[in-house]
Amino acid sequence: MDMVVKLHPLHGLWALTNRELAKWYKVPVILIISLIQPIVWLAFFGKSMNFATMFTSGLNIPGLNIPKQVIDEIASEILKANFGTTDYFSFLAVGMLSFITLFTSLQSGMSIVWDRRLGVLSKLLTTPVPRGNIVMAKVLNSVIRSLVQATIVLVIAILLGMKLNPGLTPLDIVGAYVALTLMSMGFASIFVTLALRSTSWESQMAIMNLLNMPLMFASNSFYPVKSMPWWLKPVAYVNPLTYVNDINRQLLLGVTGLNLLMDFAYLITFAVIFSLIGIVLSWRYLSET
Amino acid sequence: METAIKAINLTKRYGNFTAVDHINFEVYYGEVFAFLGPNGAGKTTTIKMLTTVTRPTDGTAIVGGYDIVKQPAKVREIIGTVPQEYTSDEDLTGWENLMLVAALYGIPKREARERAAELLDMVELSYAADRRVETYSGGMRRRLEIAMGLINRPVILFLDEPTLGLDAQTRAAIWDYVYRLRKQYGMTIFMTTHYLEEADKYAERIAIIDHGKILAIGTPKELKEKVGGDVVTIEVNGDVNTARKVVEGIDGVTGVTVSNNVITFKVRNGGTAAPVILEALNKLSIRATSITIKEPTMDEVFLEFTGKRLRDEESSTEEFMRFRRTVARARR
Repeated sequence: MDMVVKLHPLHGLWALTNRELAKWYKVPVILIISLIQPIVWLAFFGKSMNFATMFTSGLNIPGLNIPKQVIDEIASEILKANFGTTDYFSFLAVGMLSFITLFTSLQSGMSIVWDRRLGVLSKLLTTPVPRGNIVMAKVLNSVIRSLVQATIVLVIAILLGMKLNPGLTPLDIVGAYVALTLMSMGFASIFVTLALRSTSWESQMAIMNLLNMPLMFASNSFYPVKSMPWWLKPVAYVNPLTYVNDINRQLLLGVTGLNLLMDFAYLITFAVIFSLIGIVLSWRYLSET
Repeated sequence: METAIKAINLTKRYGNFTAVDHINFEVYYGEVFAFLGPNGAGKTTTIKMLTTVTRPTDGTAIVGGYDIVKQPAKVREIIGTVPQEYTSDEDLTGWENLMLVAALYGIPKREARERAAELLDMVELSYAADRRVETYSGGMRRRLEIAMGLINRPVILFLDEPTLGLDAQTRAAIWDYVYRLRKQYGMTIFMTTHYLEEADKYAERIAIIDHGKILAIGTPKELKEKVGGDVVTIEVNGDVNTARKVVEGIDGVTGVTVSNNVITFKVRNGGTAAPVILEALNKLSIRATSITIKEPTMDEVFLEFTGKRLRDEESSTEEFMRFRRTVARARR
């Protein structure tokens, strides 16, 4: 060796992350395709499933002469009681931010399977890059992709009529992004860890498809927890998506919800525990036995 | 400290199957050392252990002064590897692949750029540096793999079947690069191969391995001598039986046979034995009309030690199919 390089513990992390990101920004089609689903939800579902207009537009019960103003008043009280806002579209738009983040994070396991199948992983393992950084690069890549996609979804939602809290501060936006980051870290870590020893992308796809819908519907992304049946509520309160949505609705829409600090504490715990599990298991299971 | 690699009872078991069985060997600094053996002999498993990709079940090895079990991170810093399969990222360009690997070794950007340019030049890939690896041919990819294995200026370079699945011309070119690089950087090279002629031609010392055990170690010449030396054929003009007696009287000659006026025998070193015999025959006025000295081939050496032939055509067909499958899988 003609040169002694002092390797710091995070060395290679950014190079590996950038490798994944390069594949992504070089092929914008993938980005556009991945955005179609949340936008369809927003534009088709969110715009049609408009509780506000359902309750208020021309509701007239024959024989009862209820003034329109009373009906409107009752309707908006019901909506507020359920969604915390009369604007279901904005409620759903926040749910879509966690939706796109969840979907992007679930895919993180796939790339490690590909690295193993294509032989790239065996090269990485002969270099002095810490094993944990191979895993964390996947996670970091997933976080960055998620945040970029969430930003695009947010902008489109605003263009489609999402109403942000008039008193929105930059700190609220930072808070929302921190929540999404923590959630992405946790989920990406879980899925990368599950994929550590896998060579089958089919099984990864199966796990993804198995979990994405239950995770979405067992959360407050589309509807509030209080409208769930009693047996689903505990699941929703374990589901990190519930806390992300709760934080983001409080910060972005200004609705009232759970204790913000507790929400963050839960998400930090979730992200840290699963990242650590991923790193620790990577020492053992990333190499061939 | 002159041993670059020292394997001590190095063993790898997969369940009941022992892939590598308590092997011991030493590789000296600066030499080209080859593991020769058929598929499944334990060559790749040994390389995977030495390059810290997989942990030994038992025993260990000292690579460049570091223990592969206790200091794998240290070992990784000083070795370069060119694994059997392709390991470059197809979606990136050749240049990007080199820069990525450089970053994983912690080589500063500017230094990495210089080295990448130099290596691409050496393996004659500069013209394709900015093309995605996906578009490379097999020979180009292999050359890129070699460049990637050299980016950290390794003290010891591990080559696992470096010419697998390549045509004869590309194989010769690859060896040309490897030798030039070795000369330039003074590397120790540990390689595996099942091409007999490659081991014979390019390795300074060879270990013959089969069923996870080392059967013989030595220079190609030593191994051939162990088989019984050169086969010498002399055609004489004169009394064959007298000539036979002369030949049998020479030290070290074995297995003398005579047919018509042709005497065939084995001797450790044909080149030095032949003049002695000719002179003796000459004294008795027996003239030799022709003489041939044939060194044993590595094929015969292999047969001697393993009891079977390493049939190049069979193994290369099989390897080639495996290689094709890897590519097909990769392309899917």
